[in-house]
Amino acid sequence: MRKGRFSQYGGQYAPETMMGALQELEREYRRWRNDPTFEAELAALLKNYAGRPSLLYYAEKMTRDLGGAKIYLKREDLNHTGSHKINNVLGQTLLAKKMGKTRVIAETGAGQHGVATATAAALMDMECEVFMGKEDTARQALNVYRMQLLGAKVHPVTSGTQTLKDAVNETMRAWVTRIADTHYVLGSVMGPHPFPTIVRDYQRIIGAEIKAQILAAEGKLPAAILACVGGGSNAIGAFYDFITDQSVRLIGCEAAGRGVDTAETAATIATGKVGIFHGMKSLFCQDDFGQIAPVYSISAGLDYPGIGPEHAMLWEKGRAEYVPVTDDEAVAAFEYLSRTEGIIPAIESAHAVAHAMTIAKEMTPEQIIVINLSGRGDKDVAAIARYKGVSLYE
Amino acid sequence: MSKIKNAFGKGKALIAYITGGDPNIETTGRLIRAIAAAGADLIEIGIPFSDPIAEGPVIQGASARALAAGCTTDRLFDLVMELRKDLETPLLFMTYANPVFAYGTERFMQRSAAAGIDGLIIPDTPYEEREEFAGACRQYGIDLLSMVAPTSADRVRQIGKAAEGFLYCVSSLGVTGVRTKLTDEIASVIKIVREESDLPCAIGFGISTPEQAKQMAAYADGVIIGSAIVKLIAEYGENSIEPVAAYIAQIKKAITEQ
Repeated sequence: MRKGRFSQYGGQYAPETMMGALQELEREYRRWRNDPTFEAELAALLKNYAGRPSLLYYAEKMTRDLGGAKIYLKREDLNHTGSHKINNVLGQTLLAKKMGKTRVIAETGAGQHGVATATAAALMDMECEVFMGKEDTARQALNVYRMQLLGAKVHPVTSGTQTLKDAVNETMRAWVTRIADTHYVLGSVMGPHPFPTIVRDYQRIIGAEIKAQILAAEGKLPAAILACVGGGSNAIGAFYDFITDQSVRLIGCEAAGRGVDTAETAATIATGKVGIFHGMKSLFCQDDFGQIAPVYSISAGLDYPGIGPEHAMLWEKGRAEYVPVTDDEAVAAFEYLSRTEGIIPAIESAHAVAHAMTIAKEMTPEQIIVINLSGRGDKDVAAIARYKGVSLYE
Repeated sequence: MSKIKNAFGKGKALIAYITGGDPNIETTGRLIRAIAAAGADLIEIGIPFSDPIAEGPVIQGASARALAAGCTTDRLFDLVMELRKDLETPLLFMTYANPVFAYGTERFMQRSAAAGIDGLIIPDTPYEEREEFAGACRQYGIDLLSMVAPTSADRVRQIGKAAEGFLYCVSSLGVTGVRTKLTDEIASVIKIVREESDLPCAIGFGISTPEQAKQMAAYADGVIIGSAIVKLIAEYGENSIEPVAAYIAQIKKAITEQ
């Protein structure tokens, strides 16, 4: 009866009006997941449309400069639409199409998932509506226009803190209002069962590729894999195929915002506690009465008060480590990678780069670190300029 | 037999919802007394939550106002304790899973029972996750209500069997809030429930006018009204006692005239 659990975490804490759709989704997912036609169609899309496999790039200059572990970057930023989000979106949109749905809706924080969903919807002839916190529509104005260019309708969400969690609330409300022809393309490994499992399955290609690529290049497994964690989809994707390889450290980098000792943080593992929200039992930033905290991070994509249930389990079991990274550290890493390797990372991914810079120095040249570069930073350039006090003509 | 089930013994029942602490705790207390006096058979008190995903804009607004005004779970326990000195009407708490879980599920039920709460509705806890709270509810004699929706399909029977108090039947898809038109799609669901359970069925979501209340009451044992009342409270604030009482009386009359 207790379905979709990751030890005590996960579950299906959804309104009754959503349960029919969740069960339909689970049924259809099971039906299509091992269907050879579906697998072939998705594989072709990932290869020919998204550009997979993504490169595993040896960051030689960064390695030399830091003088410790050998550093590789998993280049999810080179995927079509500029982030790992496309992996999950192509899977879910194709599934929705098979289910006979004609409309997809999605939440978005930084806009990456919204852009990916709008893209897949354009490709597969689906109607598309994206819900985005009003504050995020300002932080990521270009992405709003990109979604509109792709034919999607963007709804600015004005409730609550006007960021990612409120966008999720509003997308859930929109889904139960029009559920028969609509699929909710949830963007991270969160929400009610079966979403955390479906999204992980569509993202695990990242880790599967890393494994094959690093074995081909180095003949051994990495000592550590690092990824940023908001809800945690790029991290679970990178980690999943290494969970049973106990020698590989799995390190999730959370957004500490202005610091975990301030109220302006989004570091869930560092500051949250167990709760039930957005359909799942997991860890959440909240007050003593269970009110969800208004979190903060420079990164709209990590500005979320919870974490996916499978991460909560990996943390509790001690299989994965989670570390907080501040805005300042992330911005420094953003600039560092740009100048050192000529690669501008998404500010989300820069959180993982920042922590890698710290630990690489303490490691030996025989040890390998893989950083999952989940997205590219073009979308963040204006915001980083503002952060640095540089005025741009846009 | 539970006090909640008993409330359905005198013809069609009117269940009124208000968000606790909107515009402030003191007004909530006066509203509850007035709503009971005006003819409501059961009263649901919403414990405000920061992110009420099953609510439309009206109740979202009320939750935000209540939290901004300093409403907490503890203050609502105190209020119910105070009301229970002389108020007989069955009282329910309606809130989301996290405020209950964060309070400590057992401690929450223990305090609810001590204050005189008869039942609990948690809209983000469906049949499949009922056991999260059901054990503690049983232990302290609190009815844990269940909801069915037009899309509940083959789950209706099992939900009906497990339900306590009354069965909350969602009129139509979507979130809470006023609807201009209501269909009878929930009626067929209620027919199936009746085969499994002798529990009273009440219909909620979208009912605001006396005509709608009368139409829905024909399919069920009672109607639940929330957003329409909360809207009056949003409009009149501390002066909402009279308009709310008048509205309750009007709805009660409409469903009694069957």
